[in-house]
Amino acid sequence: MNPQSVTTLPTAEESSESLDPIRAMVSACIQCGTCTGSCPNALEMDLTPRKMWRLVILGRLSAVMESKTFILCSDCYTCTLRCPRGLPLTEAMEALKGIAFARKEARHRGSRLFYEKFMETVRRHGRIREMEFMTRYFIAMKSPVAPFRFAPLGLKLMGKGKVELGGGKSGDTPLGALFEKVADLERTPAATFRKEGHQ
Amino acid sequence: MSYLYYPGCSLTSSAREYDLATRAVMAAAGVNLTEIDDWTCCGASAAAPISHLLSLSLSARNLALAEQTASDGQVLVPCSACYLNLKKAHDALRNDAESRATINDALEAVNLKATGSVRVRHLLDVLAVDLGERHLAPLVTRSLSGLTVAPYYGCQCLRPYPEFDDPERPVSMEPLIEATGAAVHPWEMGARCCGASLVSTQPEVGLERVFAILKAAKGADLIVTVCPMCQMNLDAWQARASRMAGEKLSITVLYLPQLLGLAMGLASHELGLDLNLAVLGDFREKITHL
Repeated sequence: MNPQSVTTLPTAEESSESLDPIRAMVSACIQCGTCTGSCPNALEMDLTPRKMWRLVILGRLSAVMESKTFILCSDCYTCTLRCPRGLPLTEAMEALKGIAFARKEARHRGSRLFYEKFMETVRRHGRIREMEFMTRYFIAMKSPVAPFRFAPLGLKLMGKGKVELGGGKSGDTPLGALFEKVADLERTPAATFRKEGHQ
Repeated sequence: MSYLYYPGCSLTSSAREYDLATRAVMAAAGVNLTEIDDWTCCGASAAAPISHLLSLSLSARNLALAEQTASDGQVLVPCSACYLNLKKAHDALRNDAESRATINDALEAVNLKATGSVRVRHLLDVLAVDLGERHLAPLVTRSLSGLTVAPYYGCQCLRPYPEFDDPERPVSMEPLIEATGAAVHPWEMGARCCGASLVSTQPEVGLERVFAILKAAKGADLIVTVCPMCQMNLDAWQARASRMAGEKLSITVLYLPQLLGLAMGLASHELGLDLNLAVLGDFREKITHL
């Protein structure tokens, strides 16, 4: 684990405003470590979840963004279920992914493109089409080897007719209008959209 | 018994056999399913990090369509990720006036309105609670006695909403498995994460989760799942997980309704058994002699 000091205060030049909604979600954290002990992926994380929440509370945005911890959250909700303060930790992890994607953090580029290309396909067709989604993802990745990791599975699935190629088998309901309206609402400062707490 | 049916994207492609088996078993149990007309993607795990409101609105769109069909209906969802997204939207619509207003502002763009009047139910909830062994056991025409089944629940049908089972130590599949005549494999991995999308985006981490589950299933004839993501992670990556483990970890993985359908005497093509990626020869052998 990274023995990074978690007691340093944010430096003056670092603006941590984007962390504010997440700080509010975890401000009641008592640093008990139940989240870390419950996390199936904690051993592969550079910061334990407990340490990361401390950095979030301290507003250490760049230290949090340098970490892979929130990207390694697989949404199992065990920490959320067990947190003795009832904090919505899985949703806080999701929100951190959102900040990293919005900042186009270089080290999270692969994950960001995977999510973005997925949503682009949903926006265009209303439903996911694996072939179009993966093609867009591979093109965006600009990595000549990326497709090969998925090729054996892709061929197996295609052999069984399990890849939606978009040949009219599934419905086509473009959702551009809904996506745009959501973006509009989020741009309006009046729409203070409250994050869900858990339970 | 009648339900509105939300298959979700996976069930039209990589999890077609889950759709086939769900429809076949429900029909055989006398349950009526009405597919929600013009349903769209729930946003999977991709929408929420990009926009919390987008995630809720995508799911609420489907609830709005369901409400148009039957305002007091129940929406049956076989995919755990879809289930959780629809459930979160339902929770926001029902219990948070401010969220309900914002979601409906968004839905105006597609001329829909959602109130949260329909109930969202996971397939396992309906199988275990509404039908249960008391309705399913009498339908068993072919005992699966001699098979040992490892019940794999995964995460999102159990957590964060503990609706129908213990979210840490789930047991709801056990009476159903026993009703088929099969035995339950004793293990602790039923509610442990399969790695979810990390298997695609961070394979070196995700495959560790797969490997631990497959290893713990040793001794069982098969694993049953109730989620397309869990199913794919457990059945498609067995060769790589075996290489990581340095031992053979191949095992048959079926969806729960496929197992129930086999016991109910449904034909393997009705259950899409040829579409599964991991149905081993010795399993096929065993079931043909049952």
